[in-house]
Amino acid sequence: MKNAYDIVIIGGGIMGCSVAFELAKNGRTDVLILEQEYLTSGATGRCGAGIRQQWGSPLNAKLAVESTHIFENIEEYTGYSGSCGLNQGGYLLVAYTEKEWAQFQKNLELQHSLGIGSFAVDLDGIKEIVPHINTEGMYGACFNAKDGHADPFHCTYAYAKGAERYGVDIATYTKVTGFVTEGGRIKAVETDKGTVQANIVINCTGGHAAQMASLVHDDLPIKPERHQILITEPVAHIMNPMVMSFHRHFYVQQTPHGSVIMGFGDPTEPVSFNIRASWQYLEENAYVVTKTLPALRELRVVRQWAGLYDMSPDRYPIINQAKAAEGFWTIAGFSGHGFMIAPRVAILVANHLAGKEDSIDINLLSTERYAKGELLVEPSVV
Amino acid sequence: MQNKDTEIMICRCEDITRQQVLDCIADGYRTIDEIKRVTRAGMGPCQGRTCRSLIAFELSRAYGVSMEEVLMPTFRPPTVPISLGTLADAYIEK
Repeated sequence: MKNAYDIVIIGGGIMGCSVAFELAKNGRTDVLILEQEYLTSGATGRCGAGIRQQWGSPLNAKLAVESTHIFENIEEYTGYSGSCGLNQGGYLLVAYTEKEWAQFQKNLELQHSLGIGSFAVDLDGIKEIVPHINTEGMYGACFNAKDGHADPFHCTYAYAKGAERYGVDIATYTKVTGFVTEGGRIKAVETDKGTVQANIVINCTGGHAAQMASLVHDDLPIKPERHQILITEPVAHIMNPMVMSFHRHFYVQQTPHGSVIMGFGDPTEPVSFNIRASWQYLEENAYVVTKTLPALRELRVVRQWAGLYDMSPDRYPIINQAKAAEGFWTIAGFSGHGFMIAPRVAILVANHLAGKEDSIDINLLSTERYAKGELLVEPSVV
Repeated sequence: MQNKDTEIMICRCEDITRQQVLDCIADGYRTIDEIKRVTRAGMGPCQGRTCRSLIAFELSRAYGVSMEEVLMPTFRPPTVPISLGTLADAYIEK
């Protein structure tokens, strides 16, 4: 770690590492990533790692489609020698209410207009895709074969190692303690290992982003919310797609390794930094998921954990430059789908900072939208 | 003597050899948590009961620190594997 950089990125998750990679690719190689523990130790390494294109609003769908294209050859894209484990088994989104089913028809229309090959299936069609599913109470489902899952650790390391090859520095186990501003501009980052000068600071700290931004008096509406996950012992292949229900707040998928990974988003979860696992979650997730997939009752849970969603008011990311500290950017508020759209968001940010054109207007994602009342609103999240 | 590191199992659940752990260390990974995430060592049914201390030993040797100084990963529940059916039956609907 030198004592001055062009750009300092805070947070060694998928967002921080992909932004560093894209910046370096665009010639801005004098970059430092600061990470308080190890790469992927925060939300990225705790996430469900799903990748889907079946979104209910155009910008998320576009970000997801273009990110999927990168995930499809991320090893080559970043020059990574390992495997990032992309598995495109599809997502089966099941509808349990009439309202949800009606929303899915609207989503399909939008997705088709963007060239996404999703389609609706009836109860028999659902059984064809996942033979052991219990369709009781379902209205139908949507399926897209391009959706799937990738390894969040290897994807992050792929970006990080690619960035390092361009000359980016990474300082792990280095904690940010404050910032220095001067005349309304960011000047330096204070850490427990010393002060680092910077022209630009990029805050990629997920659920901690609002707290971090408050240190430069930037008020962001991003709230941390615990989400829990469990994983079972590996078994022979029994299901291809991710099965997901917005109404029952769950998602479940068998990984290529054979383990079945599932999450349940408790609608009563309070705003907090709590990332401890709870036994209540374990029972509730088991109950909810085995009602839909009774065959999973026999599987044994080997591990559970929790991580933070970085919730924004309209479930859309916030890409914003602080008013009180020019040069201080925040990229957060992904509301549970940051991993899957990070590749494209990183390009958007790097293009902007490198002064290049982009087909997406970055200003759409600034906090101005809340002041103007022009929320982006995503109807389809767990 | 022939190098047998490729045959010594460190993580029996996930078939991770001593050589794979040493490769991770050579690659710059500094903690049990990181090695777990790149290799899956410690993610199997026993949840690292054997490999955790063996990897800690390799890290302590490679970085010249005492075993006590090697950072331990979080010990995650459940203590023993437990079936989803058993858990589901224990749930009382709200």
